[in-house]
This record gives sequence, structure tokens and C-alpha cells, in this order.
Amino acid sequence: MSVGLEHYLILSAVLFSIGLYGALAKRNAIIILMSIEIMLNAVNIAMVAFSRYIVPAMLTGQIFTVFIIVVAAAEAAVGLAIIIAIYRNRETIDATEIDLMKR
Amino acid sequence: MGADIAFWILAIVGVVAALTVVLLRDVFRAALSLILCFLTVAGIYITLSADFLAAVQILVYVGGISVLIILAIMLTREVQKGSPTGKLRIPAFIVAVLFLGVVSFALLNTPWQVSTTPPTEPTTAALAIKLFGEGGFILAIEIAAVLLLAAILGAIVIVREK
Repeated sequence: MSVGLEHYLILSAVLFSIGLYGALAKRNAIIILMSIEIMLNAVNIAMVAFSRYIVPAMLTGQIFTVFIIVVAAAEAAVGLAIIIAIYRNRETIDATEIDLMKR
Repeated sequence: MGADIAFWILAIVGVVAALTVVLLRDVFRAALSLILCFLTVAGIYITLSADFLAAVQILVYVGGISVLIILAIMLTREVQKGSPTGKLRIPAFIVAVLFLGVVSFALLNTPWQVSTTPPTEPTTAALAIKLFGEGGFILAIEIAAVLLLAAILGAIVIVREK
């Protein structure tokens, strides 16, 4: 059976689930950010697959993917800056110990 | 046929790399396998005949975001502690598996109307016409530029020494 739209969508769903598990279960804030990047990449794969198989002449999914990559780059820069600032103030990046607003 | 083999190799390597990111305790090795995952996603774009996006993926993710992440790992000196899982590991696993099951069920039972027209290649010129041409995404591009500028300024202000 040749590779079709469903294969790419399943791959995207698997990668998204792995990223979801990492974002929910991990305690290291950098690993959580890496899991979010995996999730964004999975969504991009789904977008490009839809663009390739459903509307090959319009390229809409690829344009959306360009914008997602822009936002992901901005998110990574600001997120890592926040993590470094937290580490400077509290000497930890454990997500369970960053609970200043819970007290 | 060659594209099928390429897809399977890239898919398996990508999923294993993503699993390694999540399951490994060594933060630095997790970052390295994240780079491998980004590279396989670029390969997946090539099998989908999205050549421009593959180049952008390698430039932005493999070249930019990976360096940022490794720099953050080095600056925070949390490598010794590793990446332990929290108390919610089993609920998180259940949620992820349930999500995967529901999404797979939904997308395997949807009758997609797959088009038979061949994909446009190369995509760079076509993407540029779509983005900057008549009725394109000029406003969105301007907003993206402002967003990037704001993100750079925000990152500098946040990490600056007092």
C-alpha cells in the first residue's frame, strides 16, 4: 500500500501525542518547551499533508506553516528567556517548584 | 516507491527521536535527539514536495531554535538533575494515549477528498506569489514582522542583568 494522506496524519498524531505526554509529565521546564516544539512540528506536518493532498494547487497549508514557524521561533526565544530569568532568581527550573503564585 | 521507503524511514526515525526526547533523563542528549527529530521533519516536508519549507525548517529549527535550547541548557546548569517526570506521569500517559486513539479514529473514518492533481514544484515562487501577491497575506506578514521584533526586544529585556 502506497503512502497517502492518512499515513502523514497518523504520523502527525503520534508526534503530537508524544509532545503532549512530555509537556504534561516532565518537570524540567526546558524539556517542556522542547515537547511544545515537537507538538508544533506535528501540526506543521498535518498542515503540509493537507496542502499536498487536498488542495495541491493552492498551497494554503504551506503558508499557514510559514506563519506557525515564525510564531514558534518567537515563542522559543521568549520562553527560554523566561526560563533563564527564573533560574537566575530562584536557582531552579523545576516546574513543580516554580509555584510563587500558588502561595 | 522510493518516496514510500523514504517516508517510512523518516517516520520511524522521527518518532523514535521524539520518544527519546521525552523518555531520556539526560537533558543534553534529549536536546540532540530533538535536533534529529527536526531534521526528519524537514525530510518529511521533502517527501511532501514542500522544498521551501524543508529549507526553512533546517534554517530556523535546526540552525536557530536548537542553538537557543542548547544555550539555555548550558546557562541553567540543571544537567546534573536530569529531566525527572512529575507526579502526573500516569495520567499524562493516559491522556496522550486517549488523544492519539480519538484522533486516529476520527481521521481514519473521515472520507478525505484526495485531489489527483500533481503538486506544484518548485514551491518557492508559488509561495511568494501567494504571500505577497494580490489578495495575499501582506497584513499577516507585517504583523509577523512586528511580532518577531517584539519577541527579540522582550527576550533581551527579560534576560538582561539588573
